[in-house]
Amino acid sequence: MKTQLRNETVHFGTGSGSPAPDAPTIVFVHGAGHDATVWVMPARYFARHGLRVLAPDLPAHGRSSGEPLQSIEAMADWLAELVDQQCRAGVIMVGHSMGALVTMSFTQRHPQLVKKSALLGASAPMPVGPPLLNAAADSHHAAIDMANTWSHSTVGRLGASQMPGIHILNSGERLLERMSSGVYHADLAACNAFATPVTPAQVPTLVIAGEADQMTPAKAGVKVAHALGNSEVVILRGCGHAMLMEQPNEVLDTLADFILE
Amino acid sequence: MSDGDHRGPAAPGFDTLALHAGQSPDPTTGARATPIYQSASFVFPDSDYAAGLFNIERAGHVYSRLSNPTNAVLEERMAALDRGVGAIVTASGQAAAHLGIATLLGANDHIVSSRSLYGGTHNLLEYTLKRFGITTTFVDPRDPSAFEQAIRPNTKLLFGEIVGNPGLEVLDIPRVADVAHRHGLPLMVDATLVTPYLCQPIVLGADIVMHSATKFLSGHGIVIGGVLIDGGTFDWEGSGRFPTLTEPYDGFHNLVFAEEFGPQAFITRARKEGIRDFGACMAPMTAFQILQGLETLPLRMQKHVSNTAKVVAYLDEHPLVERVVYPGLPSHPDFELAQSLLPQGAGAVFTFSLKGGREAGRMFIESLELFSHLANIGDAKSLVIHPASTTHHRMDAASLKAAGIDEGMVRVSVGLEDAADLIADLKKALRVVERAQ
Repeated sequence: MKTQLRNETVHFGTGSGSPAPDAPTIVFVHGAGHDATVWVMPARYFARHGLRVLAPDLPAHGRSSGEPLQSIEAMADWLAELVDQQCRAGVIMVGHSMGALVTMSFTQRHPQLVKKSALLGASAPMPVGPPLLNAAADSHHAAIDMANTWSHSTVGRLGASQMPGIHILNSGERLLERMSSGVYHADLAACNAFATPVTPAQVPTLVIAGEADQMTPAKAGVKVAHALGNSEVVILRGCGHAMLMEQPNEVLDTLADFILE
Repeated sequence: MSDGDHRGPAAPGFDTLALHAGQSPDPTTGARATPIYQSASFVFPDSDYAAGLFNIERAGHVYSRLSNPTNAVLEERMAALDRGVGAIVTASGQAAAHLGIATLLGANDHIVSSRSLYGGTHNLLEYTLKRFGITTTFVDPRDPSAFEQAIRPNTKLLFGEIVGNPGLEVLDIPRVADVAHRHGLPLMVDATLVTPYLCQPIVLGADIVMHSATKFLSGHGIVIGGVLIDGGTFDWEGSGRFPTLTEPYDGFHNLVFAEEFGPQAFITRARKEGIRDFGACMAPMTAFQILQGLETLPLRMQKHVSNTAKVVAYLDEHPLVERVVYPGLPSHPDFELAQSLLPQGAGAVFTFSLKGGREAGRMFIESLELFSHLANIGDAKSLVIHPASTTHHRMDAASLKAAGIDEGMVRVSVGLEDAADLIADLKKALRVVERAQ
């Protein structure tokens, strides 16, 4: 689906659903350099279970036009405008990595819009090392190599994908290679600059962390959950940062238990 | 900061991937080797889980025509070795070619193909697909501009073998891929003769790769199989020529593959439609046997190439031999290109022509004892065949000439025996021909 927002085209996935007019909405927010395709399986699941799915490509990502937004707060405010345009208040927010920061910021800045939230691969702050930032600033492929390799556990790098015939490391590389120049650096710089303290959660929050996550270590996710208070933590055994690719079934089951309970 | 100042972490190496990609020890039994999941179907824990598998909400297996855990290891390993996003194993190399074509093309569509092809592929393109409304224009594989000139408004695919069979022309993948991409078309390459050890076409610019896994990938000559690999590189939406990937699919609740699956659009459609509906799937036992061969692919290809160099050098100097055609020889027109695209070797298949034409060729083949006379290549054992009367017998004289096949040509697939023993067998057979002349 597509719509217009701020005079730019916004594409969003719906999970191929046909929701009832009063269906609750679940919003999926992708990570740095990614797009809505990373949510294909949970989007299709929750759509089949009657939820309205809104999985946007952030500006300049995937099939959405425009320039990349320069801060996590700017992404949260842009998303609030999209939610306001597309659905009624009381949404369930789900974000991965940079999308988890956007979800946290969205919940802090627009609490009236949110009913529940889930943070996958979260860390706050989310510092990005100079080698990765500098390579991304130069649009050098080494930035993709670093992020993609560090986003997978050792097992994930070799394969053993749950998805028949899919090689997740190469898939992650191709997805990042689709970005336009400058987009990845803008995303990483926004993550690196995020300094808003984590405040007690106003809504029930789920934190999913990967035991083998090298990008946002599990202990950072646990720390976020403790600061939020009103939250539960699930640590996926042996899972890297690219948890939607490495353990899609475990992520889905954990989300379903929390969201459909 | 200059480009050279950035260094990414090293990805797992080729030899490691050949052994480990796609598989970790079985979580239930601890089995280190890939288990053979000889089961037609797989139990659903509940009906919602089942619905999720069918609706692509969950990862897993339903029915072994669609996917199987043993096959999935081979698929993932081949995707890893060929640098693709995913793969599907098939009943044969021909099934892989058909699956790739049928996923993208329909009636009234057109292919531009190299004319130097395996006979079965030539037949598929020239005769069989024509009955279904798909036509092909064959061009000189050495001339990228010929590919470009043959492109029509209804062209959907460029196709070629990286090393032609049996002409051994080397396809200039970067240049042909450039032609394809400038016209919004994907390039599909048959890389059977080289395997990903000698060449990774996706890295060179191809978008889709296929192999007959019966050959060097297996190495043992005991199974028939194929594999289709999606590079995940082609911009289907940007091209605007591929409604099977960019428009709602009636056969799957109006799913738009490019929109929902991004870089995996092609391979997902191939699985959800082609392998489901045409059904040319691989048996799990076959996948297991190919995996056993694949584990030693790097070692075998090194020996294949080094043996070939010795055998070719011997024949090239022999007075009864009219010509040897092998891209690793400086006399081959594509020698420089082969050095660039195939730096670790131009494979282990070559042809040569004996003075004395068809009768000399027949006598030579029938006098060999260590080489086996049969219709295959890529076995661990050395093989020979006479293409004009066997693999390419359906081609008329003009097509044979265009494909670089003469009446006395012998095709050789060099195996892993001691090179000295192979040369001794050749020497003995050549002596028989010499005496007869």
